[in-house]
Amino acid sequence: MLNRTLAPASKQVNDINFIAPTKQQLDNGIPVFTVNVGQQELVRIEFIFENVNYDQNKPLQAVTVNSLINNGTKTLSAKEIAEKIDYYGAFLQTEYGADQTTITLFSLNKHLPAVLPIVQSILNESVFPQQELDIFIQNQKQKLQVNLQKNDFIARKTFANAIFGDTAYGSDISLADYDALKREDLLAYFKAAYKPANCTIIAAGKFEAKEFDLLNQFFGKEWENNHTSKINQSTYAPIVGGEIYIEKADAVQSAIRMGNLSINRKHPDFPALQIVNCLLGGYFGSRLMANIREDKGYTYGIGSGIASLKNAGYFFIATEVGTTVCVNALQEIEKEINILKTELVGEEELDLVRNFMLGSMLGSLENAFSHADKFKNIYFSGLDYDYYSKYIDTVKTINAEELKSIANSYLDWDAMTRVVVGKK
Amino acid sequence: MVDFNRFKLSNGLKVLVHEDPTTPMAVLNVLYDVGARDEEHNKTGFAHLFEHLMFGGSINIPSYDEPLQRVGGENNAFTSNDITNYYITLPATNIETAFWLESDRMLSLAFSEKSLDTQRNVVMEEFKQRYLNQPYGDVWLKLRPLAYKTHPYQWATIGQDLAQIENAKMEDVKAFFKKHYNPQNAILVVGGNVKTEEVKKLAEKWFEPIPAGEKYSRSLPKELPQTEARTLTVNANVPLNAIYIAFKMPTRTDSTYQTYDLMSDILSQGQSSRLYNSLLKEQQLFSEINAYLSSSLDEGLFVVEGKLINGVDMDVAEKAIWEELYKLTTDLVSDDELTKVKNKSESIMVFAEMNLLDKAMNLAYYELLGDAAALNTEIDKYLAVTAAQIKEVATTTFVKEKSSILYYLANA
Repeated sequence: MLNRTLAPASKQVNDINFIAPTKQQLDNGIPVFTVNVGQQELVRIEFIFENVNYDQNKPLQAVTVNSLINNGTKTLSAKEIAEKIDYYGAFLQTEYGADQTTITLFSLNKHLPAVLPIVQSILNESVFPQQELDIFIQNQKQKLQVNLQKNDFIARKTFANAIFGDTAYGSDISLADYDALKREDLLAYFKAAYKPANCTIIAAGKFEAKEFDLLNQFFGKEWENNHTSKINQSTYAPIVGGEIYIEKADAVQSAIRMGNLSINRKHPDFPALQIVNCLLGGYFGSRLMANIREDKGYTYGIGSGIASLKNAGYFFIATEVGTTVCVNALQEIEKEINILKTELVGEEELDLVRNFMLGSMLGSLENAFSHADKFKNIYFSGLDYDYYSKYIDTVKTINAEELKSIANSYLDWDAMTRVVVGKK
Repeated sequence: MVDFNRFKLSNGLKVLVHEDPTTPMAVLNVLYDVGARDEEHNKTGFAHLFEHLMFGGSINIPSYDEPLQRVGGENNAFTSNDITNYYITLPATNIETAFWLESDRMLSLAFSEKSLDTQRNVVMEEFKQRYLNQPYGDVWLKLRPLAYKTHPYQWATIGQDLAQIENAKMEDVKAFFKKHYNPQNAILVVGGNVKTEEVKKLAEKWFEPIPAGEKYSRSLPKELPQTEARTLTVNANVPLNAIYIAFKMPTRTDSTYQTYDLMSDILSQGQSSRLYNSLLKEQQLFSEINAYLSSSLDEGLFVVEGKLINGVDMDVAEKAIWEELYKLTTDLVSDDELTKVKNKSESIMVFAEMNLLDKAMNLAYYELLGDAAALNTEIDKYLAVTAAQIKEVATTTFVKEKSSILYYLANA
C-alpha cells in the first residue's frame, strides 16, 4: 500500500553548470561574447551601450533616443524599418535600463543577412524625425497620465526619487519633461552614445563562425558616431528614513513600497543578503507571504528584493493591501524584519531556503539566452564566474548566526523610506 | 518540433511525456478541463477561487508549497474561462516529489476552513488590485455581459462581484472538486530531463490508484446569434476616452481560427501593422490601438480597442476603426503583407520551443483541443491561409449588427 504521507527521497542540487561565453572581437574592437548552444536555428543578438552624459535637466534624453532609434534613418522610414523587420519574422526590441541601453535583435538564422543591414542603419544613421518625436511625446504623455492613476506606479517613482534624488536612478518624470524634449538633444545623445567604443555585443543561440563573419561585416568597420562621452557615475548617501504618505481618497487598496540604499553585487556580503531577502520576501513561501497573504489574507502578493545597480544598490519591499488593513500590514512587516534581526532562523526553514535557491539557480539556466543573461549580471558588475561559485557556496554553508548578523547590518526599519499611496 | 510519447492510465488520466535531455530540469503540468464557463451564474469566480484552494493542503499532505520548495521546485497556476492549469518546475532528479504532491491533491483536498477563509480574502484583494483599483481595470467586467447574453462567457474568471466570492461555502468547494477534479477530466504532461519509461512507472504508482470519478459532461447554454448592435457607455475617473469593439468569432477548433489570428496580426501585430500606422501614426487619433482574439473554446471574441488622443471626437475615432475593418472586407491583403504575418507566426513558434514550460503547457492545451500532435502541424495551418479567406472572414465578422461596443469615457 502506497504511503502518501511520506515524501519521496530527494537530493540537493549539486552540479550547476554555467556556460561561459566565448570572447571575440570585431575588427573595430567591439567585444562580442557568444553563447553558442541550442538546437533551434535562431539567435538573439544584443547591442549594449553604456548610458552616458547624464543631464538632470534632460532626464528623458537617453530613454527617448532608445525608444525612437528605430523610427527613421537616412535611408529608411519608421514604417519601412518595421515592415522589413516584421517581414523576416524578426523582433527588434529597445530597452532602456538604469545603467545600460540595449537594442536586441531576435531572428531566425536564415534571415540574418537580411535583417542585420537594417540594424546597421539604425545604429549608424538614425535621424529622429520631428514628426515621430511629436507623436512619441503625445502618446507617452497620455500613457503617463494613465500610470499616474495607479497607486503602485506612484509608489515606485516616489520611492526611487526619495532615495536617489534627481539622478538617472531616481528622476521623477513629469508631463513637462516630455514637453521639454528637443530633437537636437536626441541627435547629440545618439552621436555620443551609439559608437563602437561604448558598445558590447552579446550573442546567444546558434551563433557560429558564419554568423560572426556577418556581424563583423556589418558592424566591424568604423561607425558614423564618434562624439565624446562620459559614462554615468554617481554616488549616493543614505537619507533619513520615514513615511511618505500620499492620500488617494477613492482608493480600495494602498500601494506600499519601502526600503533603503544597500549594497550591490560587488560587495562580498551580497550573496548572504540575498539569502536574508529570500527568507523575508524573496519567494512564495517567504515570511512576508506566509504571514501577510497566507495567514492574514491582507494582500494578493507581497515581496522583497535587492536591486544591484552599477553605482548603488537598494533593498525594497512592495505590496498592495486593502485600505482597512494597511496599518496592520505595516506593523506585520516591521515585526517580520525585527524577528530576522533578533531570532535565529531554524534549521528546517534554512534547509528549505538553501534547496529552493539552488533549484531556482539551476532552473534559471534553461537555454542559451539565460546563460547569456547570467553572464551579463557579472560582466556589467565587473565580476567573473567566481561570483557564482561564491554565491552557491554561501547558500550551501551559511549558518543562522551569520544570517542574523547580516540582517542586523542591512535591515533597519527606521532607516527605511516607507511610501504609502492610497488610504490607511 | 516538440516530440512526445502518450499513454492513458486505467482511470482515464491522459499522460504525455516530452523528453528534453538538454536541461537538468523537469516540468509537471496538469491541465483540468474546467474553467469559469463551467460555473453557475450565481457562483461566479469559483473556478479561480478553487485554484487558490488547491494550494491549501491535500488529504495526506498538510502543505503543498513547502515540500516542493524543499526540493528546489517552484509552482504556479492560472484559471481562464476555459481551463485551469497547474505547473511545477523542479530539478529533474526530484521529479517524484512533483508526482507525490500533484497526485495527492487530485485524490482529495484537505478542505480546511482556515484555507477557505484566507483565500476568499486573498482573491478579494486580487479582485481589487487587478479590476477595481486600476484605471480601465473593470473593462472586461462590463464588456463580457454586453457581448454574451446567455453563454457563461458573460462573466470574467475573477467573478461578477466581490459578494459572490465572499459567499463561497465549503459545501460548494467540495461539490466543485467532486465534479471536476478527477483523472478523466485532466491531462498530465511531464517534460524535461526524464525518460518515458520512468514517467510511466511514476504515473502508475502515484496517479493510477486515484478513482476515475464521474465523467463531467458539459452542456452550456448556447449564445443566440447576435442581430443588433449593442453599445454601453461608462463614465469613470480615467484620464483618456477609450473604445472597445467586440465581434463574435468561431471557436478555437474551427478551421478558420488561424485566418482570424493572421487577420488580427495584419491589423495590430507590431509597428508595421495597419491600425498602428493608420490610426496612431498617420491620423493620430489614438495613443494606443490593438486588435486581438479571445481564443476561446466556445464562440469567441475578436476585439479592437484603443485609447483616444485627448480632444479627438469619439465618432471620428470610431469611424476610422470601421474604415480599416471594412478595407479588409473589400480589398485582398497583398502577398507581401500576408507573407509577413505568416513569417512572424513561424518565428514565434520556433522561439516558443526555447522554453520547457511553454512546450509542456502547449502539449496539454493541444491535447485538450483534440490531439497534442497538432501542435507540430499548427504552423502549416497558418501557412495555408489565403488572402481570399481573410476577406471572407472579415466580411462575415465586421458587421455593425454583430458588434458590442463599450465607450469608456473620462469624467469631465
